[in-house]
Amino acid sequence: MATPLIEIDHISKFFPGVKALQDVSFSIETGEIHALIGENGAGKSTLIKILSGIYQPEPGGIIRMEGEQLSHLDPLTSLHHGIVVIYQDFSLFPNLSVLENITLGRFVKRGRKLVDYKEMRKVASKSLEQLGVEIDLDTSLGDLSVARQQLVAIARALANNAKLLILDEPTSSLSSSEVDKLFEIMRSLKSRGISLLFISHKLDELFAISDRFSILRDGRYIGTYGENELDDDQLIALMVGRQINYTIYPKRYLDDPLLEVQHLTKKGNYKDINFTLHKGEILGITGLVGAGRTEVVKSIFGLNSSDEGSILFEGKEITIKNPTDAMTSGIAFIPENRLSEGLVLRKSMRENLALTILESLSNSFGLIDQSEREKIVKEWVARLEIRPDNPDLLAAKLSGGNQQRVVIAKWLATEPKILIVDEPTNGIDVGAKAEIHKLLRSLAETGLGVIVVSSELPEILSICDRVVVMRRGRVTADLHCEGLNQEDIMSKAI
Amino acid sequence: MQSKLKKVFSSKEGVLFVIFVLIFILMSILSPHKFLSNYNIQSLAYQLPEFGILSLSMMLIIMTGGINLSLTFTATLSMIVGGLAMSSSFESTGMAFLSVLIGVVIMLLVSAVLGMFNGLVVSYIGVTPMLATLGASTLFEGISLNITKGGAISGFPFMFLNIGNSAILGIPVPMIIFIVVLVYMWILLEKSRMGAAIVMIGCNPKVAEYSGIRVKKILFQTYIISGILAGIAGIIMASRYNSAKESYGSSYLLQSVAASVLGGTNISGGEGKVLGTLLAAMILQIISSGLNIFGLNRYLTNVLMGFILILVLAINFITDYLKKNK
Repeated sequence: MATPLIEIDHISKFFPGVKALQDVSFSIETGEIHALIGENGAGKSTLIKILSGIYQPEPGGIIRMEGEQLSHLDPLTSLHHGIVVIYQDFSLFPNLSVLENITLGRFVKRGRKLVDYKEMRKVASKSLEQLGVEIDLDTSLGDLSVARQQLVAIARALANNAKLLILDEPTSSLSSSEVDKLFEIMRSLKSRGISLLFISHKLDELFAISDRFSILRDGRYIGTYGENELDDDQLIALMVGRQINYTIYPKRYLDDPLLEVQHLTKKGNYKDINFTLHKGEILGITGLVGAGRTEVVKSIFGLNSSDEGSILFEGKEITIKNPTDAMTSGIAFIPENRLSEGLVLRKSMRENLALTILESLSNSFGLIDQSEREKIVKEWVARLEIRPDNPDLLAAKLSGGNQQRVVIAKWLATEPKILIVDEPTNGIDVGAKAEIHKLLRSLAETGLGVIVVSSELPEILSICDRVVVMRRGRVTADLHCEGLNQEDIMSKAI
Repeated sequence: MQSKLKKVFSSKEGVLFVIFVLIFILMSILSPHKFLSNYNIQSLAYQLPEFGILSLSMMLIIMTGGINLSLTFTATLSMIVGGLAMSSSFESTGMAFLSVLIGVVIMLLVSAVLGMFNGLVVSYIGVTPMLATLGASTLFEGISLNITKGGAISGFPFMFLNIGNSAILGIPVPMIIFIVVLVYMWILLEKSRMGAAIVMIGCNPKVAEYSGIRVKKILFQTYIISGILAGIAGIIMASRYNSAKESYGSSYLLQSVAASVLGGTNISGGEGKVLGTLLAAMILQIISSGLNIFGLNRYLTNVLMGFILILVLAINFITDYLKKNK
């Protein structure tokens, strides 16, 4: 057997509190289309970043290219070796011309100070020719369609003498005829000995184009299979099944509707979304990244106005144009990104906690009742057992779990009836996760309706009573969690 | 007691106070007859308010994460329009009190409208504050010049001059106005709901929005307040100079940025203290007055002011960096 193009040998990558990759080994042959598959957070992105030299693997891990060990990879040397990543956003420059975009990498490569435009023109037209597409080199990139921008990105890779082309969800914003065209190009690249590492969540596409699949789960390598060794169900079974021992809370049947979402539609985001949240219930919303989950809940909170459809609160239709409207209806929203959307890190716990209740804390002159604020802050710090319990402490100084408690506290202080939490335990260590689960569960038991948006299936199955599954902007299932397993959910999400 | 003192003097305001005292003593030693003269102290007391109020106005906007480069032209355009109304009303009716009232009200109204204009462009249209207010500054200057044709508006009733030049119980009227503004700003920033919102918006507008704060509305209102403060400074200047002209106070623009930053306002927003800005304005004021007394030419004074601004920014940056990497 010939030497593989790339050998990934015992690669691991740890971040504080998270083992993103653990001992991953597989190889990519010359001239094959290799699919990399895994749930959100399985470690695909981390692996790409290691291959492209953005992250350094833990000591002991080796990457070999054509049998030769690549000792130190940084973004530039990775490019020199012909490893090119095309990210979802292509990393192109919309205000530069097609010519400049294709040849930019070569400017850097040569380390030259002057640009030979004649040569660049030759290189650029040659690589577009290889793709069999015609694009005017002098058009500014921003004027091209997304599909054509992607071709420019691929042409740039060819101009850089790519040996391994990594495509991160290349089909996510393409129409089906554009996907066919892309696949044609991928096959022609393959026939010319270029290897492709293809990342996608769409099963039909994976089976249509890939020669082999490598599967990651929870940062671990599960296996590599030929395209005819697996069917859909087997593939899903290999992807899911993360072994996390969360407490499984009893699943309840509740029937007092609190929030009803009917035919909610926003162009380009999601379509015809229907679900009901009951009093005291925890409703999960899950799906792969890009399925439109966050977009839907942001619409409910007034951060992303919908085009059509209605939202009913306790049976009455409500209009939500901004967060203030949502808050008036008793809706609270805890965003996914605690550090950039949930907390003002360089301000104290006190100021963060009081931010949502400034209105009710102040008198008719707009002056804040300081002692009342102190009382409420102390009360919530005690109730949610935030540690350390010093309200003067800057939010940045707290641990992830305690930061999340501050965000939850600032919303509970508004006395909401509905709490929407987007990825409640994102970036929180395992012990603190269980604590947050317990907290959400006890809140639901007081009659609060809770919506948990989560990619983590074990989390959904642990705390939710019901789950809504989304795929590509639509609801594909609305299930009760009693007796449900991960495969049931994943088969609806993928 | 000792630890309390230590705390006061290790705070930014404490350090500024010490610097102020040191410079004051230095100036007094170098030029005891001129610097400490009754005349000089008096003129400091009459000059500080207009600069101090402009600095507070600038600080307020910097706290939101923006900057107001149209500050001094807001002051002069409103004094020109108000001054024109005042002098023509005085000319036709001869009624001093009524004319002064009309003039002052119009100055305040115009400054509020100009603030509103900035607020609209920055918060609702979404133009970067630096560009929006830079454009506004050219616009306001142009309108001013069109009204005055390059000259000055004058012919104000004598009564109007009292605002900038007289004293009540020995306290100059501008100083009384300044104290009122200081107290208002302190309450706004330290005690009010709006102040709390401004601070959080300055740190992270997204978090504020996600927490139900009406970010656009608050920003809009903040620019109006900034405009009105500039208008108040404009009234004092017009009264002190007994005329209105577009170039009045133009050197205050960058000095007000310097005073805010020297006073501990974070140039990227979210932090600022009224007391700090006051002390910084006082420091800059005595430095420029002292240099003037020593006969240093005005242009060199500008060089020195620029140097101080850069120095303070660099020191703040370095201390922040050291704090972060401690």
